[in-house]
Amino acid sequence: MNSHLLKQNIAFAIFRILGLMVVSILFWILGFIIYQGAGVISWEFLTSAPSNGMTSGGIFPAIVGTLYLIVGSSVVAFPVGILSAIYTSEYAGNGNIVKFIRIMTNNLAGIPSIVFGLFGMSLFVNTLGFGDSILAGSLTLGMLALPLVIRTTEEALKAIPDTFRTGSLALGASKLQTVHRIILPMAFPNIITGLILSIGRISGETAPILFTVAAYFLPQLPHSIYDQVMALPYHLYVIAVSGTDLEATRPMAYGTALVLIVIVLIINISASYLRKKLQKRHA
Amino acid sequence: MKRIFEKFIESLLTLSGATTGIIILLIVIFLFREGAGFFRHSEIESGYVLCVNEENPVYRLTPKQIKEIFDYEIDNWSLVGGNDEEITPFRISDISDYYSDEELGENNEFLPEKLGEIIAATPGMVAFIPEQYAADTNERVRQLITEKLNPADFFGGDTWMPTATPAPQFGLLPLLLGTLWVGLCAILIALPLGLGVAIYLGELADEKIRNLLKPTIELLAGIPSVVYGFFGLVVVVPFIQKTFDLPVGETAFAGSLILAIMALPTIITVAEDAIRNTPQAMREASLGLGANHWQTIYRVVVPYSISGISAAVVLGIGRAVGETMAVLMVTGNAAVIPHSLFEPVRTIPATVAAELGEAPHGGAHYGALFVLGCILFLITVVISVTAEVISKKQPQA
Repeated sequence: MNSHLLKQNIAFAIFRILGLMVVSILFWILGFIIYQGAGVISWEFLTSAPSNGMTSGGIFPAIVGTLYLIVGSSVVAFPVGILSAIYTSEYAGNGNIVKFIRIMTNNLAGIPSIVFGLFGMSLFVNTLGFGDSILAGSLTLGMLALPLVIRTTEEALKAIPDTFRTGSLALGASKLQTVHRIILPMAFPNIITGLILSIGRISGETAPILFTVAAYFLPQLPHSIYDQVMALPYHLYVIAVSGTDLEATRPMAYGTALVLIVIVLIINISASYLRKKLQKRHA
Repeated sequence: MKRIFEKFIESLLTLSGATTGIIILLIVIFLFREGAGFFRHSEIESGYVLCVNEENPVYRLTPKQIKEIFDYEIDNWSLVGGNDEEITPFRISDISDYYSDEELGENNEFLPEKLGEIIAATPGMVAFIPEQYAADTNERVRQLITEKLNPADFFGGDTWMPTATPAPQFGLLPLLLGTLWVGLCAILIALPLGLGVAIYLGELADEKIRNLLKPTIELLAGIPSVVYGFFGLVVVVPFIQKTFDLPVGETAFAGSLILAIMALPTIITVAEDAIRNTPQAMREASLGLGANHWQTIYRVVVPYSISGISAAVVLGIGRAVGETMAVLMVTGNAAVIPHSLFEPVRTIPATVAAELGEAPHGGAHYGALFVLGCILFLITVVISVTAEVISKKQPQA
């Protein structure tokens, strides 16, 4: 065996090991949380409020709170995001405006979530006077999700071949009719996938809700959008670091982490399943 | 009618297109407005003044000097430009050492007068007292000049103690260095790993393995940061403490490890895209000249996709610098300038997350956290733009 081949074999072996490492890190994390958390999960854990200073009971209010925030931020981000993507990909052409919008979207996507938290606190909680509320939290999370929604929707729209556009226009349809009747129905599956992925992102965020909505302990469910809620990621954070008796709250923390991971995984996996299934149908 | 409707929809679309720009503008306005508020606050706690005996030649003390005086680290006026005299720091609660409650009157009505007497009688005293009392003392008491918080102290300060009295310390350096240490170390760990996996995925892995690995890596990106933080707290932190025999496992290194794992998906995805964008013709030309696959990779493919790979690194750094929760949970949060990787540190985002809840709205501390937010914002904008510029250089296939 010559030395070049030897070098190649060594290098490739290293790359294979690295690939294996990354996968095993993922399974290590998942496996650990599942192993530790599985014993905690019970019907009671999922349907009751925390009790005895977070050492027993369940996480029902946090699950409900997270669902409220998901719905709230979707209401904020989806319409604006989809409309914005339709504008940039169908209407704005290829000029400087689109470039500018794209740079802004990229920048927005790069802003750390804690900065969104600061901004949400300053604008929604204090200046507009919403207080710590579902409204303020949803708006903050919605802004965080916006670039993701725009990007994925834009990609979905770009994937439609131009022949459909020109064909529709040639038949005498207006631009709006083309978008409404041809482009959107065709891009629909991919748009939905993108939306589901952005929900997955929102559901795990902690930093933006720290100061805009999250409550440490709130046994009753919220009555209006001006109420605070508990949320799964924040709940995991507080019981992991700030309990009075960390030993006693650990099982609760494992259980919460498992529920959070399962929710996020279900969202992500259903998105990629949907994408695959719908792509097949189109192909 | 239909025309008008279409025009309406079109303007609605245009408006939505502008949303991201508007949001960025709002973020800039609100962050910088609240941040600018910081520099309008006085160096010492609002509503209080520092008083000295009028014979004292010192007119002004810096926030750092004030802190050290009240911590008994500076004990002689000659160290701060005065006479050779011992410094006696005085807080309002110390009044009970000098006068009984009866002497101060039922509603503390004699308090200002007595304060004046104490200061007049003690040449080396510096008294930290409420503003309203200071006015009613006597002519032998002089107030020290206090200035507004200034940017030089903020950006050059080496102490972060935002709740210290009388003079809170807002020094950026420990936080900035903490952020850089943790972020850069994370990239050093993640880069070889991520690049290796990207090359493996882009060049070596067959389609089946690739279709298995790619979604797995996407899942890795989908796990919430607070779960990474929790995992770090219960697995990585004890492991580091045991392995390196440290007093605490919550160190910069723990943060770097967790951040490296979190930055991996970003680095892998972007770098792999760049690698796959290398034209097949270049690979074939290299192979045709007799180079083997590995030589082709590191002599042709990697140099060709270097700008995409650099963009991956820059984006990874961006992810690492801005990450909040995971770092907050595993780095121990000691706001001191780090000397090694195995000490607790505190990063800028972690500081905001940890302290904003306790900072009174509109106060100096609150403003300081928004200044930190502005700094983070600027760092990420620079990173986004850099990544954009670098990846533009990639020759298009």
